[in-house]
Amino acid sequence: MATQHSRSVARLMMAPAVVLLLGWMLVPLTMTLYFSFKKYLPLRGGDLGWVGFDNYVRFVSSSSFWPAVQATLVIVGGVLVITVILGVLLAMLLDQPMWGQGVVRILVIAPFFVMPTVSALVWKNMFMDPVNGLLAHLWRLFGAEPISWLSEASMTSIIMIVSWQWLPFATLILLTAIQSLDSEQLEAAEMDGAPVLKRFYHIILPHLSRAITIVILIQTIFLLSIFAEIFVTTGGAFGTRTLTYLIFQRVLESQNVGLGSAGGVYAIILANIVAIFLMRIVGKNLDA
Amino acid sequence: MARAVTTRRKSLNTALAWAVGLLIFFPILWTILTSFKTEAQAIASPPLFLNFNWTLENYAIVQERSDYMRFLWNSVIIAGGSTILGVIIAVPAAWAMAFVPSKRTKDILLWMLSTKMLPAVGVLYPIYLLFIRLGLLDTRGGLVVVLMLINLPIIVWMLYTYFREIPGEILEAARMDGATLKEEILYVLTPMAIPGIASTVLLNFILAWNEAFWTLNLTAVDAAPLTAFIASYSSPEGLFFAKLSAASTMAIAPILILGWFSQKQLVRGLTFGAVK
Repeated sequence: MATQHSRSVARLMMAPAVVLLLGWMLVPLTMTLYFSFKKYLPLRGGDLGWVGFDNYVRFVSSSSFWPAVQATLVIVGGVLVITVILGVLLAMLLDQPMWGQGVVRILVIAPFFVMPTVSALVWKNMFMDPVNGLLAHLWRLFGAEPISWLSEASMTSIIMIVSWQWLPFATLILLTAIQSLDSEQLEAAEMDGAPVLKRFYHIILPHLSRAITIVILIQTIFLLSIFAEIFVTTGGAFGTRTLTYLIFQRVLESQNVGLGSAGGVYAIILANIVAIFLMRIVGKNLDA
Repeated sequence: MARAVTTRRKSLNTALAWAVGLLIFFPILWTILTSFKTEAQAIASPPLFLNFNWTLENYAIVQERSDYMRFLWNSVIIAGGSTILGVIIAVPAAWAMAFVPSKRTKDILLWMLSTKMLPAVGVLYPIYLLFIRLGLLDTRGGLVVVLMLINLPIIVWMLYTYFREIPGEILEAARMDGATLKEEILYVLTPMAIPGIASTVLLNFILAWNEAFWTLNLTAVDAAPLTAFIASYSSPEGLFFAKLSAASTMAIAPILILGWFSQKQLVRGLTFGAVK
């Protein structure tokens, strides 16, 4: 039973976390908004005054905007499709009785714990290098001409690297969801002679739908802001400049802070659209 | 009732699962193997799998040339510091929300979560500018604070879901027996909360260790952790596969080991309790 006294103590206990997060949200956000309405070039004259929505217009009308949107969508979409489909299959496989299940699980999860700069560099050099990479050896083994992955098939390469990193996450969450499936229901369907595909569509997939939605939403939020994987592989070249990378270049490389900040506001709006859906699901779960 | 499974089917499952598992793990395995080769062996054609002369020279060279220990120490301080600081701030907050919930608790939790969704690049310049003004650029202290803030929502959430599982009746029973608030926290809650806190610490240490946006953009030399150390290998000179592998192995080994202990917490922590 909560008394008035315990309520105020509780408020006091929450205060540091709330105040810190409020500051962390409001201060930079206000600054980004402020800069986005200014012509601000720290290395070339500094603050050159208010320009209204000029930066917002210039950001979307620049020739690099739509390619960046496209690159972002292709990477996020590609990784989502690969990780969700393979994740469902892998989760179903790992749910089966087998020997050494624990070890296999560890092998499958491992990529998630590899820091992004390491996985990007290892893939870039030891696998995708057109001369000495393992994939080049494999291609030559079959008499094919090795591919310079990161320049000729840059998007495919980035999607491969990022999918490898995120497949464990999708698998692990979907596996957790599958394990909560009532096995008696499946057995009953099996005994009734329902074929494998039917069991999958009518029992397993509906049961997984919530977990799949959560995987998609959480991954989308993280994938929209992937950075290191592009930073150390292509540096945004060969059509792999995503929205995040474009903003990074505007802000830190060409030091056009006003323009970059306007881009940042777009990125924040985009992330919030995804976040609203995620929060609804999480919020519903809190009531339960 | 356990499902009746034929040995044949179990063998098939086992073979398939192991094949897939090894395929997914292969890049890591290959990196570890390559780190023990000489540079010439690392690019030998056809590739050498196990039949090479194992050597430790790459590890010595990496440490000697780039002072690996300094980057390692920075990673430990930044990941460890931000996690400890975050837990110290989050424990009271999560405790209050779990045991003295009010109408607004849910809103506060969801709002905290929403700050986690803020794309880092959207606030890159403000943070960069504040860091310059406050003299925090390329300092470990600055990164500890930033990484603490980006992980604080996850820490609060995880702790909250763990604390909520502690039955309230136990607290009431302790109160009936005349326990003071201090005794209640010390002897009743703490022992029950420790496993949850430990899991939270573990997962957040891993997340902070691997964070590669702020650590790359806010450090240069002094405070650079392992993420930045590895990124410096992106423009190599000469033969370097074996050295890259040795550096990579050293950067991921500690976290791989910790990560294997945190599988379950990973699901809870990263789905904000939506999947358990």
